[in-house]
Amino acid sequence: MSPSDTHSSSASKRVHHLLDALHAEISRSWTLMEVCGGQTHAILRHGLDQLIPPQLELIHGPGCPVCVTAAETIDRALQLAALQDVILCSYGDMLRVPGTGPAHLLQARAAGADVRLVTAPLDALTLARAHPERQVVFFAVGFETTAPATALLAHQAWSSGTQNLSLLVAHVRVPPAMEAILAAPGCRVQGFLAAGHVCTVMGRQEYEPIAARLRLPIVITGFEPVDLLEGILRAVRQLERGEGRVEDAYPQAGAGEGNAAARALIERVFCRSDRHWRGLGVLPASGLSLRPPYDALDAERRFPTAAPPAPAGNGNGDQGCISGQVLQGLVRPDACPRFGRGCSPERPLGAPMVSAEGACAAYWRYRQRA
Amino acid sequence: MATPLQFPCPISPDDGEVVLLGHGGGGLLSQRLLEQLILPALGSAGGVLLDAATLPAEAGELAFSTDGHVVQPLEFPGGDIGSLAVIGTVNDLAMVGATPLALSLSLILEEGLPLDTLSRVLRSAAAAAGRCGVSIVTGDTKVVERGKADGLFMTTAGMGRIPPGVAIGPAAIRPGDAILVSGDLGRHGVAILAAREELGFSTSLESDLAPLHGSVQALLAAGLEIHALRDLTRGGLASALHELCRDAGLGALVQEPLVPVHGAVAAACDLLGLDSLTMASEGRFVLMLPAAQAQEALKLLSREQPSAALIGRIGGEAVLLETSLGVLRPLELGRGELLPRIC
Repeated sequence: MSPSDTHSSSASKRVHHLLDALHAEISRSWTLMEVCGGQTHAILRHGLDQLIPPQLELIHGPGCPVCVTAAETIDRALQLAALQDVILCSYGDMLRVPGTGPAHLLQARAAGADVRLVTAPLDALTLARAHPERQVVFFAVGFETTAPATALLAHQAWSSGTQNLSLLVAHVRVPPAMEAILAAPGCRVQGFLAAGHVCTVMGRQEYEPIAARLRLPIVITGFEPVDLLEGILRAVRQLERGEGRVEDAYPQAGAGEGNAAARALIERVFCRSDRHWRGLGVLPASGLSLRPPYDALDAERRFPTAAPPAPAGNGNGDQGCISGQVLQGLVRPDACPRFGRGCSPERPLGAPMVSAEGACAAYWRYRQRA
Repeated sequence: MATPLQFPCPISPDDGEVVLLGHGGGGLLSQRLLEQLILPALGSAGGVLLDAATLPAEAGELAFSTDGHVVQPLEFPGGDIGSLAVIGTVNDLAMVGATPLALSLSLILEEGLPLDTLSRVLRSAAAAAGRCGVSIVTGDTKVVERGKADGLFMTTAGMGRIPPGVAIGPAAIRPGDAILVSGDLGRHGVAILAAREELGFSTSLESDLAPLHGSVQALLAAGLEIHALRDLTRGGLASALHELCRDAGLGALVQEPLVPVHGAVAAACDLLGLDSLTMASEGRFVLMLPAAQAQEALKLLSREQPSAALIGRIGGEAVLLETSLGVLRPLELGRGELLPRIC
């Protein structure tokens, strides 16, 4: 009756088998990072971090697109939402994250802006067709997993000549973030669990040079407890043997080659651009931006009258929030001095406490609090 | 000559097909709306036209509850605002062990509401009242300008009789009490979300909307010592448990794998990033009673809903969930903001 297959006895047996193997084979301390926020939540939700050997530390990466969207970009969305005739739409989590100030898009809605929740990018096209007298702006966020759907929206809007739809694009790419984390001073990451769903689009090839250059295990991993433990065990085995290569522990998702058609669509619609990550700063070629002719749909171009927000140093806009250190795995969420003391999902200081995939929200949700 | 217009509702055709501001003005239109649409639609469930209804006074304790309904869409798979307004209040009464005696029903109508919609939901309210064995004895109708309400808001209040010797409430909860749910969670919330087309998913699920007083009376009739009840509406099981435990000053431990959730509800929650433990039902309740009586209670509840389950026990200081892997974590409250207007 339950959503997860962990409740079937065979999955449960497999979980315990994997845990036994992990305990038996680990001989010293290792530190792995799961990149994806969905994996962070699954690990904490099922309590896997409490079941693995104590020598093994899992730290939580920046794989929550909502969390890494720069505060200034959210300010821009707030500006656009405030414009007469604009319907601004985005995913649910994005609507709750504050920009450089405390305001977020749901508050803008309460103050009269037309802000709508969508669950898929093409919903924005439906909205635009239903409201020909309004301008619909889709605030596009996400990693390579959601980029093809945004690309499809842009392509359909452009090829159908839709005049009243534009996109505020904040898409980001995973590999530059991994490189930035590895290059950061104090980095303790010895291996990555790569998100299986990203690889179903991008394949494994982007990871090969990173693993080869740094002799680092990068294990493509799924999201259920069994999948996560399989990925963890494979990464630990590589570390114990002194290996460092890309390995696919989630073959059922067909991640090896990725999805060539989806990649072609991304390439057709987007080009790589430098992007400001909340908490991490500007990472070269880490973003996706609309390329010609699709850049005619760029909301930044269509509404140039809205003044660009003042550049604010770190892109965080978070008073007292150390989300940059959390997103790099340097500080565990519950080790933050503000965790539960002035920062909670109801009154978040930073994005990782807001988003359903944020590491701080995961600790808040699944761990006992003082 | 064009074919004559067809008006599906019993109101006079020259009043048009939609609610007009004049329908709330207290004059002829108001009178016609009441006499030709509202009272006929309510039928035998409706009462006479006095300023206040009179009820026979009885010895013992009465329960009194009220509930405003703003659900959108007005009609959804498995129910509508009319049946929801009646059953919602009947269920609130049932959660203190009361059987319903009488209901009031107040309408706030938006100018432009199709009269056949009004007629349908009122007929549905009447049918629900009949199913619950209760009469709608008084009511009120107001009309607001277009844009000042969303079609129709409906408020019901109800009185119920509590059998002698019954004292159900959080103060009665004791450490060690068994925690049961009367059926699988969250069908109402998912059905409403699916009915809102903007979410772009469909499901064959219907709302679990159903009166609960029969189940409660069966438990009481069997002599079971019910300590606490709470219907699992907004906020779902998570909110109900937190509220009851907070008021009792106790904790709870729920076994996550034992919590009944229909596969389609679980799948929808996964898809939308929601937690089935916070999803609303409109025909389910959580029950606390002495552990020794748990199996008998489960047997009675299962007659009504085979998915009823024993899910945990009262104890400790925090409301905790034990996962299928044996790990404890806090049972978190839902945020609710992405699920507004589900009832």
